[in-house]
Amino acid sequence: MDKKIRVLVAKPGLDGHDRGAKVIARALRDDGMEVIYTGLRQTPEQIVTAAIQEDVDVVALSILSGAHNHLFPRVTELLVEKGAGDILVIGGGVIPEADYDFLKSKGVAAVFGPGTPTKSTIDFIRNNIKRK
Amino acid sequence: MRSGNPAGSGDRPRADRGLAERVADGEIRAVARLISHLEDGDPAAEEAMRALRGRHGKAHLIGITGPPGSGKSTLTDKLIGVFRSRGARVGVLAVDPSSPFTGGAILGDRLRMQGHATDEGVFIRSLASRGRLGGLSRATQAAARVLDAAGYDYVVIETVGVGQSEVDIVKIADTVALVSVPGLGDDIQVIKAGIMEIGDVFVVNKSDREGSDRVVREIRGMLETAASLKRSALPPPVDSLRGRGSVTGPGYQASAPSAAAPGADAPASATEVAPAPGAITMSPEELAHHLTESAYNVNLAADPELPPVLKTVAETGEGVEALADAIIAHRRGLEASGKLVERRLEGIRAEMRGLIAFRLLDALEGGAGRSREDALARAVLAGGEDVYGAAEELFAALSKGGMP
Repeated sequence: MDKKIRVLVAKPGLDGHDRGAKVIARALRDDGMEVIYTGLRQTPEQIVTAAIQEDVDVVALSILSGAHNHLFPRVTELLVEKGAGDILVIGGGVIPEADYDFLKSKGVAAVFGPGTPTKSTIDFIRNNIKRK
Repeated sequence: MRSGNPAGSGDRPRADRGLAERVADGEIRAVARLISHLEDGDPAAEEAMRALRGRHGKAHLIGITGPPGSGKSTLTDKLIGVFRSRGARVGVLAVDPSSPFTGGAILGDRLRMQGHATDEGVFIRSLASRGRLGGLSRATQAAARVLDAAGYDYVVIETVGVGQSEVDIVKIADTVALVSVPGLGDDIQVIKAGIMEIGDVFVVNKSDREGSDRVVREIRGMLETAASLKRSALPPPVDSLRGRGSVTGPGYQASAPSAAAPGADAPASATEVAPAPGAITMSPEELAHHLTESAYNVNLAADPELPPVLKTVAETGEGVEALADAIIAHRRGLEASGKLVERRLEGIRAEMRGLIAFRLLDALEGGAGRSREDALARAVLAGGEDVYGAAEELFAALSKGGMP
């Protein structure tokens, strides 16, 4: 049997818009990945617990609230703390390009802004997951 | 809520120890990884499962099944809450369908179980069906065993939303709760073969909606008819009516694994008269109603084999405590009557058959198998071969140990 890529699509923080997250979830599904969708308003703790229990290869964070510089690093920190630093973390949503470098320095592997073709995200995941 | 058992904490994985050992210690990451290995058919899984043999068999395996949208996930969420409040640790396996076209899946059951997202006494895992029919995935049974070995007292297995014939859960679970909702169909639906036959506990969820009483009546009617067709001519002893006076029967003391905290507010003392094995539990009103309804055959009402039919509103949690009690009572009944062993043997037999079938299918999927299959299919289409002969030839090749 082949190894399935499992992705947790999560929405940290308080904004209530998950259209983008759902589009990504659907695109990944259509690419043959297994997507665990946990819905809105997740704390970093909830996201990390789910990522570990679900043994995902990727955590895809979507955020529109502007709190990404606080919440994304919290997720990557907690993952490392729990011994799950090998999980690839990517981000998307409304994030100023000026913040990309900061987020990358905190362990977010890539940030995909509005208008990114879903194919780019899919290719990035396939080329960068850390364990096969 | 936090379990008193430290084994559930998400420790850092210690790479120097084997996967099986870490699972037995309840290490979350190891449990999750082993389930992945099982799903992917990784050889590491077989090795770990072999090392874990003998470590399972304590957990109560509970199946929750029913049509899409009947409230299985919400009900599971609320059941977790009840079991946790009694000090037990709970593992959940939630199965959702894979796409038959891409193999991808959206697994969304976890969405409804957020209340327990960071409770260390709860482990929730979403499984994609990965092409398997029957309401479960290939790895579900083994994954349940992993959670059992990791020390979870209850393992709740939520099937995909089922139609009429996805009944595999009955081969895995000690207790199957079949969830119905009002408004799905007429009374012929409940006497059809298939899904309605596998419930040990029947749940009418969303029972605040119109028509729920009718569904309860229809299910009861179905169960009574089934029982009357099955029962022997001998009336049961009058005593079997005892012990069925309340919905909240004794808790899980007799069979609770030691991890369940002592001092959990179990609903009754151990000295209380236990219900007869598999006894239905109903209120006096229900009992009266039941007796009247089956007045044409008084013996029916006393049938200890009749599964309970319970009303719940999962959204508010109404009736879920009673459901938990009924589920526990069912397992106690199985233990007392010796049927638990029978049921588990049946499950293991089914699992072994499944493993053999999967090996045959995997061999067919392999390069040589696939081309042989293709050639035979073409021969059948062209009329040079018939499908029975072709299957015979394939089977003979497979059972000789692989493809030529």
